[in-house]
Amino acid sequence: MQFNENGYTKRQRQQWMGILAGSLTKNLENSWQKMPEKPEYKHLHKPETGSIMVRGRAGGSGNSFNFGEVTATRCTIQIKNGHVGSAYVLGLDHRHAELAAIFDALLQDPLHHCEISNSVVSRLKDSYDKHKEEIAKKTAATKVDFFTMVRGE
Amino acid sequence: MYVAVKGGKEAITNAHKLLAEKRRGDPRVPELGISQIKEQLGLSVDRVMTEGSLYDSELAAIAIKQAQGDLVEAIFLVRAYRTTLSRFGFSIPIETTRMQIQRRISSSFKDIPGGQILGPTYDYTHRLIDFTLRVPENVNSEICRAESAEKAIQNNMTRVADLLANEGLLDNEATYGNNGPVADLTRDPLELPAGRDVRLQNLARGDEGFILSLAYSLQRGFGASGHPFLGEIRYGKVTVEFVPEELGFPIEIGEIPITECIMFNRFMGSSDTPPQFIKGYGLTFGHCERKAMAMSIVDYALSSRELGEKNEYPAQDEEFVLFHSDNVQAAGFVEHLKLPHYVDFQADLVLMRNRLAEFKNDGRKNRGIEDEQAI
Repeated sequence: MQFNENGYTKRQRQQWMGILAGSLTKNLENSWQKMPEKPEYKHLHKPETGSIMVRGRAGGSGNSFNFGEVTATRCTIQIKNGHVGSAYVLGLDHRHAELAAIFDALLQDPLHHCEISNSVVSRLKDSYDKHKEEIAKKTAATKVDFFTMVRGE
Repeated sequence: MYVAVKGGKEAITNAHKLLAEKRRGDPRVPELGISQIKEQLGLSVDRVMTEGSLYDSELAAIAIKQAQGDLVEAIFLVRAYRTTLSRFGFSIPIETTRMQIQRRISSSFKDIPGGQILGPTYDYTHRLIDFTLRVPENVNSEICRAESAEKAIQNNMTRVADLLANEGLLDNEATYGNNGPVADLTRDPLELPAGRDVRLQNLARGDEGFILSLAYSLQRGFGASGHPFLGEIRYGKVTVEFVPEELGFPIEIGEIPITECIMFNRFMGSSDTPPQFIKGYGLTFGHCERKAMAMSIVDYALSSRELGEKNEYPAQDEEFVLFHSDNVQAAGFVEHLKLPHYVDFQADLVLMRNRLAEFKNDGRKNRGIEDEQAI
């Protein structure tokens, strides 16, 4: 595993960016509002909505094709001590992208990393996992349980 | 030819006001909320996203409300909005084997790894109008709460097609590491012969009704050489991954629900291709199962050229299919007939009057009453 000078791996950053992008804005907003001291930040790129063309594969595993687009919103911010946070999230919600970018910057900052990782990211991941588990259990209840009728003897 | 026609300005403004009133309906009835459309008319939303070729349930729901539930009009609105968006780039191809499964069935094999999972389906419902839905209060949360199993479903289910592939009985669609340019119908016009990438993009955004009817025509004998078999249909969420240029590594930007269908079609072989099953492929946003199935059947029918088969029927003719599948284009061309054609019609009218006069003259000649004035 390769840690950079701030003590996290690229893989870890990918993970938290994925969790922030997959979270509801209201949950991110709650976490942000709960922060006792909100760090100062400035926009390097204000939230901007565009699209990303999603690709599929022919037959599921063959050559790529352009399936259809998704709306996406991106944002880049910088916190006072220089760390730059980025976010790309599905949908049109500017605030979602902004908050995800702020938390991305804070997570890169050794001063904030542990606090944000424990209080924000792990909570978001827990609520996401719980939701996923619920769906997976409801889905499991619809699994067909084949049985064979025994005829004669 | 259209001519500029002035004078309708006030009428148009008033017609749009009347439309707004009509759209709202009886003001004593509560107005529909966007979240109600998203939550309770989800399959309409899915169709608008699929054929609008833009995944965004909020936008699709607004479009449905704006179009008074006319889905083709809503699709048009979504397509128009799409053109205003700047494109950030292309995703990494979605990996459907890593789907969070909510439904997955095969009609080709009974016992499949992971099992047959029905999920939320209209299959096996009786199609009787449920009058309890008439009164909203009847649908309380107790009645519509789903059962939960003890153990969650396993995800990352292998493909049913792999069972056949291992036997050498399936066309090999393994990735050839193809990094060549992928055609994009939103940027380049449709050209024939169309590659599979063009065909799949075209069918994915094509009109469900049109593609469904083509698939039906194939099944009834207008082209299909054998019975297609449903290898697998799966519905659930997949992660969209994207590599932002400034970061240089892939990140997950969120999850989208999709429906994927793989249809097995018997191919009896040719001089250079062994007998095998050929996969037809269907893919949609959200839960559009009928569309995904029809798409997979038509995808295979359109491979007749590649397979060296005769191409005799409408659903095998890629020019016929691909140029007429888009309901925004089709609606535009059919509905443009509502625009003023006064001058064109005048030209036709003069032509037809002359023709009729000639016809009458010819008739008199034939009946020997050529010279009226002589009588």
